[in-house]
Amino acid sequence: MSTTDADLQHGHGTPVLELRGVTKAYGGTPVLRGIDLAIHEHRAVVLIGASGSGKSTLLRVADLLEELDDGDVLVDGEVVTEPGVRPLETRRKLGMVFQSFNLFPHLTVLENIVLAPVKAHGMARADAEEHARTLLSRFGLAGREGEYPDRLSGGQQQRVAIVRALATRPRALLLDEITSALDPLLVGEVLEVVRELKREGMTMVITTHEMHFAREVADEICFLHEGQIVERGAPDQLFVDPQRDETKRFLQRLLEAQRP
Amino acid sequence: MMRPDPQRAGEDPAGDASAGGPTRQEVRADAKRRRATRDRLVAFVAAVVVLGGLAAVVLTSPGWPSVKELFFNRQQFSEHFPDVLGGFWLDIKLFVVIEIGVLLLGLLLALIRITRLPVLFPLRLLATVFIDVFRGVPTVLLVYLFGFGIPALELSGLPTDPMICGGIALCFSYSAYVSEVYRSGIDSVHPAQRSASLALGLSESQTLRHVVLPQAVRRVIPPLLNDFIALQKDVALLGIVGVIEAFRLAQIAAAEQFNYTPLLAAALLYLCVTIPMARGVDVLQKRRARRQNAAGAA
Repeated sequence: MSTTDADLQHGHGTPVLELRGVTKAYGGTPVLRGIDLAIHEHRAVVLIGASGSGKSTLLRVADLLEELDDGDVLVDGEVVTEPGVRPLETRRKLGMVFQSFNLFPHLTVLENIVLAPVKAHGMARADAEEHARTLLSRFGLAGREGEYPDRLSGGQQQRVAIVRALATRPRALLLDEITSALDPLLVGEVLEVVRELKREGMTMVITTHEMHFAREVADEICFLHEGQIVERGAPDQLFVDPQRDETKRFLQRLLEAQRP
Repeated sequence: MMRPDPQRAGEDPAGDASAGGPTRQEVRADAKRRRATRDRLVAFVAAVVVLGGLAAVVLTSPGWPSVKELFFNRQQFSEHFPDVLGGFWLDIKLFVVIEIGVLLLGLLLALIRITRLPVLFPLRLLATVFIDVFRGVPTVLLVYLFGFGIPALELSGLPTDPMICGGIALCFSYSAYVSEVYRSGIDSVHPAQRSASLALGLSESQTLRHVVLPQAVRRVIPPLLNDFIALQKDVALLGIVGVIEAFRLAQIAAAEQFNYTPLLAAALLYLCVTIPMARGVDVLQKRRARRQNAAGAA
């Protein structure tokens, strides 16, 4: 990788998703303290950091599921956090996958997937179902259309959740610790889906504790510490030669935790 | 009672070694079967003793002959049962109409109470007052007040039939309860479900309609059915404002004949409807518990 820091910061053209000086506090406790982040088309940014460093909140604020206190979120160069701009349109442009899958338990796999395309995007049901079937078979879920989520393994549920997010043809995918709730044996099948998406050039923001995976798919790694991005860089640079003490300590702790 | 069986204790270790004898598995299965048979026997004997004892106490009581004549008169029963049954048909019809009203009004009240739209604040206030008042006043009083009060207003457009006015009282009273049942169901749906739906681009109202409400309603079906049973019985309250339903008919017959058997006939008819409903609730609750256990184990 010959990406320079300047490339990482600025990239080319308008970023698909951008956060400018975003701050957010919960009841007086600051969670995000001035986040600047730009994700360009076809790139994957991985956020790492300890639990409570603000990774999940950052994604929720980016998808306008939480209201920010200050700063701006831009989608395709347009400010979407202007008061009076409806968050609905922005959420329709971004796809989000959660740690705990959050599939709708009362709907079948197929119904889970076509709900948003039909109700929120006005797609014809037949088209939405055809698209859903194509996606399901691409990710090894053919034949599961009629099942209810509780009949599937965790890995299958999470793959369905990814398909559900993809079915709305999002500009970017936000993946929030999507393997943290999984049996270790099922992590691989879900990460494989994300690798596949990366190969296709899907724009993604990913939070994860799987460092090997992060190194593999990330174009840029951002290390979050107490609500700030304290270090960012290409994976080879940040993992091999971290500059900041906080980053070094975090990686050291992770290494120790993962030692058998 | 469980004394160790010396013969079996000696047999057990041998059963493993020697071919031809029962295996440990067979011995265990056998013991399990015997325990089950014994449990059933104990339950049966206990039932006979308790129920038989109760029957003996009642049947040997000094007043039993006159009670039998007044409440369990075969001739009175067969004479008035068809009448009471005819009245009970009206109970069923009233129940169905009122219950539909309760399900709709209860849901409406619950939805009004959970909305956060500032425009709806006055409506929310009204709904809260409505629920407080109609849950706080005894149903029998409401039926009385509505059944006689509304017609007495002599306002055009308002119903004057005590049956309709009393029915409205029942409907309001039960809607207040049922709206709280709905609301607890809505509250029980995990906020992550709402997040997931909003993240997919569904609006707040679409999220409510397609994600939250279907899950909420499924969860509150057993408590709703409990309220169904209560309402089915409380339809008899309309008798006090002059609706000639099963209870009222039985009461009239009882007063004419100086015999209470017709009331017993009415009670039996109510049981014919409420017991299957209660069993239905049991089945639903058991099925749900099984499903939850299965989901928890997965």
